Amino acid sequence: MTFSLSLLGQYAPQLLKGFELTVIVWLAGSLFAVVLGFALGCALLSKHSGLTFPVRCYVEFFRGTPLLVQLFVAYYGGPSIGITLSAFTVGVVGLGLYGAAYFAEIFRAGFASVPAGQIDAARSFGIPVWSRIRRIILPQMLVLSVPPGITLLIILLKDTAILSIVTVPELTFQVTGMTIETFAFVEPFAVLAALYWALTELVSFLGRRTEYRLGRYLK
Amino acid sequence: MSNLLHILPPTAFVLLLGAITTLVVSLCGNALGLIIGTTVCLMRISLHRTARVVAATYISFFRGVPLLVQLLIVYYFLPMIGLDLPPFFAAVIGLGLCSAAYQAENLRGGFLIIPKGQAEAARAFAYTPAQTRRYILIPQALRAAAPALINEMILILKASSLVSVVGVADLTRESQNIVARDLNPIKWYLIAALIYLVINFILARLGATLERRLNVGYGAATL
Repeated sequence: MTFSLSLLGQYAPQLLKGFELTVIVWLAGSLFAVVLGFALGCALLSKHSGLTFPVRCYVEFFRGTPLLVQLFVAYYGGPSIGITLSAFTVGVVGLGLYGAAYFAEIFRAGFASVPAGQIDAARSFGIPVWSRIRRIILPQMLVLSVPPGITLLIILLKDTAILSIVTVPELTFQVTGMTIETFAFVEPFAVLAALYWALTELVSFLGRRTEYRLGRYLK
Repeated sequence: MSNLLHILPPTAFVLLLGAITTLVVSLCGNALGLIIGTTVCLMRISLHRTARVVAATYISFFRGVPLLVQLLIVYYFLPMIGLDLPPFFAAVIGLGLCSAAYQAENLRGGFLIIPKGQAEAARAFAYTPAQTRRYILIPQALRAAAPALINEMILILKASSLVSVVGVADLTRESQNIVARDLNPIKWYLIAALIYLVINFILARLGATLERRLNVGYGAATL
C-alpha cells in the first residue's frame, strides 16, 4: 500500500474544480435556506392557522425525510411533471429547501425567546412597530439564532456530499470518478476526507469567533 | 413477459422489506454507535491526556467528514484488510462509527451534569473506578442524555438512506429498483419519503414514552 502523490498531482485540476463547486453549492444553498427559512420562521409565528398549518407540514416533511429521497423526487421526478432542472440547480434548490425547514425552526425559536415583556414595554413607550422589530426583536433573536445556525451550516456543508449521487460534479463526485478511473482508493479518499475535515473545522472556528463577537454584549 | 412480471414480488412487499432493512441497519448502527460512543466519551473525560486527545480527534474527524464519505471508505477499506463482508456490515460499521462521535458528545453532556461529589462519595464507599462508572455514573448520564440520544436515533434513520449507495437493499434502494421498472419516480419516491416520515414519527413517540419512564421518580425534566 503506497501513497502516490503523482496520482494526486495528475488529478489536481479535477479535485480543485470539485472543491470549488462544493463551496459554491454550499454557499448558494445555504443562502437560499437562510432566506426561505427566515420567511417560514416568521410564518410559523402567525396567529392564522391557515398560514401556520401548511408551513408546519412543510417543515415536518423536509425534516422527517432523508435529503437523498427529496433529491430523487426533484431530480428524477421533476421531468415527469415538466420541471427539468440541471443537476446543479437541483443541488442548490434541494439543499436550500431542506435547510430552510431547519432554519425556520431556529428562527422561530429565536423569536419566541425574546421576552414578551420587552415588546410590551416598547409598545407602552410608543415605539413604532417597525422600530420594535428592527431595534428590539431582530438584534436579540439573531444573536440567539447564530449558534444553532452555524451547526446547521456545517451539517449542510457535509450534506453537499450527497449531491454527488444526483450527479452534481462536486468534490465527492470527482473523487469517486477518480477511483473508478484509476482503481486507486487510498489517495483519493484520504484527500477527500482531509479536505472536508479541514473545511468543517475552518467553518466551526469562524463560527465560534462570530458567536463570541456577537455575544460579547451579553457578558 | 407478463408471466415474468407476475413472478416479481408485489411492490408493497418489496417496500416493506426495504423499510425493515432500513430499520434494522439504523438500529444496529445506533447500537454499535452507543457502544463505541460510550467508550469514546469515557476516554474524552478520562484523566489521561493521551486518551483525551485520541477521543477528541475521533469526535472531530467523524463529525467533520460527511457520512457518505465515511461509508464509502469503510465499504472499500474492509476488503482491503481482507474482510470480505456483505455490504450490510459495512453499512452498520459506517453508521456506527459516525454516530459514535455524536453520541459521545451527547453522553458527555450527560456526565457533566452529575455532581462531582457523587464520584467522591462512591470512592469513600470503596467503589472501584469501574464500579463507580458502572453503577453510579453511566446510568445517570444515560438518563440525562436520553433526549439527545433518541434524537440521534431519528437522525441515523434518515442518514441510513445513504447505505443504498454501498449496495444495501434498504427503503431508498428498493424504491429506486421499483422506479427502474415502473418509471414513476414522483410516486414511488414520495411513498418512500412518507414511510420514512411514519417510521420517524413512531420512533419519536416511543422516545417520548421512554423519556417519561426514565424520569419516573426524578421530578419533571431532570435537566
